[in-house]
Amino acid sequence: MPNFEPIVGRYFTIYVDGQPCRIYVEEAGDGIPLVCLHTAGSDARQYRHLLCDETITKNFRVIAFDMPWHGKSNPPPGFRDNEYQLTTELYKETVMTFCHAYDLVNPVIMGCSMGGRLTLHLALEQAEYFRSVIALEGADKLEPYYDLSWLHRPDVHGGEVCAAFVSAQIAPQSPDEYRWETLWHYMQGGPGIFKGDLYFYWHDGDFDDRSPRINTKNCPVYLLSGEYDSSCTPERTIDTAERITGAKTTIMEGMGHFPMSENPELFKKFIYPVLEEIRGA
Amino acid sequence: MILNKLKDRVNGNKPLTERGKWVNLSFTFGIDNDDYLISIKNGKITQIQKRDLATESGIFAIRAAKSTWKEHWRCIPKRDFHDIWSMLPKQLITLDGNLLPLIQNLQFFKDLIASLRNGKD
Repeated sequence: MPNFEPIVGRYFTIYVDGQPCRIYVEEAGDGIPLVCLHTAGSDARQYRHLLCDETITKNFRVIAFDMPWHGKSNPPPGFRDNEYQLTTELYKETVMTFCHAYDLVNPVIMGCSMGGRLTLHLALEQAEYFRSVIALEGADKLEPYYDLSWLHRPDVHGGEVCAAFVSAQIAPQSPDEYRWETLWHYMQGGPGIFKGDLYFYWHDGDFDDRSPRINTKNCPVYLLSGEYDSSCTPERTIDTAERITGAKTTIMEGMGHFPMSENPELFKKFIYPVLEEIRGA
Repeated sequence: MILNKLKDRVNGNKPLTERGKWVNLSFTFGIDNDDYLISIKNGKITQIQKRDLATESGIFAIRAAKSTWKEHWRCIPKRDFHDIWSMLPKQLITLDGNLLPLIQNLQFFKDLIASLRNGKD
């Protein structure tokens, strides 16, 4: 028999916005549920290293799913006639529907980039449900710096351009193997999906007006951002933390925007203490 | 001249020139107030010349201060300087002209410019 990884992948269908969405999910481990949200334009493969990390999976049931339209999750029927655009409401509904379908009790939720932003929304609105939230590269507000229309047009290769845009977000110290694996996920995204996700990340999902209302005593908030992240910069992360009383902040030196996939070994140094603290709380 | 090594470094990098084999154009590369025209044929640099006349122009232009490029070309650049797309939000570079061929071949042009990166500082 091959030396199987401990990850188990399965499919099931949830209904989001009245539409059936066939979801692909991977999980490994036992213990406290840890739901992981991938970045815009990518999929849950970003979490494969966590899913295979016994130090984590001996205490946490790590669950990572592909959002509808991403990875091996399908777009809803009739997608061809609809432009994909992720709104805050749709994103929240998708994640909560997933968690309830899974019958999770008091899970931790960790998201990166747009996923990180969403965890802040959930820390406010679902504080009783989530044990704590971990926002990787997840500031409550960002400023767009390029025109999203470049990401989806017939005279530019969508996969190539998405990868080329986000390659700037990876730290120069990160190992080449994992840099290019991270970018490969972007090269494989569906047409217009990264662009549709960035609608949430850059426009609809701004949260700086509400983030001060998060009560971290009910739902602890951890913010971890990479030194080389040029969208969710260390400065924006610190600004976010200043608006959320009690939020705990870590700036990850030598890291970019994709800590769990671009430099999984270095990420351990930063995420282990957070997970230990959550487990001990 | 700071760009002297660029032609050899790019043309000697077969995987890079292979990825750029559809690129046939000249673009403007600015260092401080000086502009250079970099001409590319089938992914290889054929000529780098200082731009002396306003009528000599590349299809698009990428410009930054000399100090910015020097930081970009360090073995491990400081954050914000490590990639031309991370320089954008910090306004460390300017882009002008017809950006379509740049965007169509963005990783190629990033790698071409970064070819002057030092192996060690």
